[in-house]
Amino acid sequence: MERVVRHFQEELEALQGRLLEMGGLAEERVSAAVQSLVSRDIAAIERVLYGDEPINALHVEIDNRCFKLFALHQPMATDLRAIVSAVKINTDLERVGDLAVNIAEAAKRYATHPPVKKLIDIPQMGDIAQEMLHDALDAFVRRDTVLAQAVLNEDDRLDGLKTQIFRELLDYMLKDPTTVEPALDLILVSRHLERIGDHATNIAEDVIFMVSALDVRHHTPNTPV
Amino acid sequence: MNPPLVKVRAVREPDAGRNPLPAAQAETLKIDVEHLIFFYGEKRALEDISIKIQPNVVTAFIGPSGCGKSTFLRTLNRMNDIIPGARVEGRVCIDGQDIYRAGVDVVAVRRKVGMVFQKSNPFPKSIFENVAYGLRINRLTSNRSELAGRVEESLQQAALWEEVKDRLHESALALSGGQQQRLCIARALAVKPDILLMDEPASALDPIATQRIEELIYQLKAKFTIVIVTHNMQQAARVSDFTAFFWLGRLVEYERTDKMFTAPSEKLTEDYLTGRFG
Repeated sequence: MERVVRHFQEELEALQGRLLEMGGLAEERVSAAVQSLVSRDIAAIERVLYGDEPINALHVEIDNRCFKLFALHQPMATDLRAIVSAVKINTDLERVGDLAVNIAEAAKRYATHPPVKKLIDIPQMGDIAQEMLHDALDAFVRRDTVLAQAVLNEDDRLDGLKTQIFRELLDYMLKDPTTVEPALDLILVSRHLERIGDHATNIAEDVIFMVSALDVRHHTPNTPV
Repeated sequence: MNPPLVKVRAVREPDAGRNPLPAAQAETLKIDVEHLIFFYGEKRALEDISIKIQPNVVTAFIGPSGCGKSTFLRTLNRMNDIIPGARVEGRVCIDGQDIYRAGVDVVAVRRKVGMVFQKSNPFPKSIFENVAYGLRINRLTSNRSELAGRVEESLQQAALWEEVKDRLHESALALSGGQQQRLCIARALAVKPDILLMDEPASALDPIATQRIEELIYQLKAKFTIVIVTHNMQQAARVSDFTAFFWLGRLVEYERTDKMFTAPSEKLTEDYLTGRFG
């Protein structure tokens, strides 16, 4: 019995390790995408555009690991919730990687126009989104529901900034129609960053489910399994 | 607004883990055990067990070897009476009647509360005679055709009829392990019990035969109340509506099966289910 458990725990820890690795990659790519938008550095933009492969490979590998753990160990209770959460977090992280590519695509177009304005709010959104991702994964590793809850609370800040950016850019576009194209790209980027925050929120919700079996999605508190 | 992170465990009522049934259903209880203590001589094998079981549900008892789950199962039809030095305190009510009160007809109790054991134990007689045995000794049928009817009905209920109808008078010992176990179930059902106690009914069977027994349990709960002891947690998860987890003679947690296996309330249950002890 003891031996079987140790083997399973090792597998579970390995799964967690791979998920963290993927999280780290996703964070890096979000950061690089936003930086490339600000720096207008085409080489940096292209590194993001064509650098999705490691995340995609991990996406498949992690799914396979979860699938095998289900099939071979029939986990229950907290172990069951941990693996179900891992499957979902995996999907969220893969989407974050895709969104980093979407930001780089917008950055590439944006770089062909003169800058609309100095970018302040978008890098700030990038920092918040990245921090949310980081904290959500930290909460996952430490099984820390307080930190997960803090991630959920951060989402409002991101939404607020997105609305602010939209209003500001609308103003630019109304005053000077030549800014419409690049401004739309910035609006798109803010939208992508807001989505990244949503994925971090999903991860935080999964952490709360994994630790306390409480489903807090869609603002339905206190619905234990 | 995000919900506050209230600790789930603190919200749970103190006794909720022991009685997952809504209060309104308390009147229709099939089995109601209150403060049961069981002694093997001086040794207390069960500590203050209270559990309420509704009719027509499957309840699984799980726990490590020696935790008292089989002992507790056998208190439900007084099968422990035959063990020297065994003694019971507390109440075990079946349909509201305490089966341990003075003057109770133990044979009648066991007719009402049938039992199937880990190892199938058919009598060295024909298939027909195995099922007819309880009916004959209890004189439960008045003529031959009624007897034959009850035997067929029981074999049908045990999902064995199609396989044996053409060889009813051959020896039961010629049947496969899985068939023998279903024959024992048919034999238990023939005297029309209300409750069926099953002590590891599939642990000696191969996966296919196990699957048949599990499917049978699912079908039988429409008519019977079933309590099953199993070492196989996946089996408990598959067949039961409620699960009771025993540890060192105590009932640690009694809960809806889907809740128990996804989010148990007690740390001990969690540790057992995830293989951290046991």
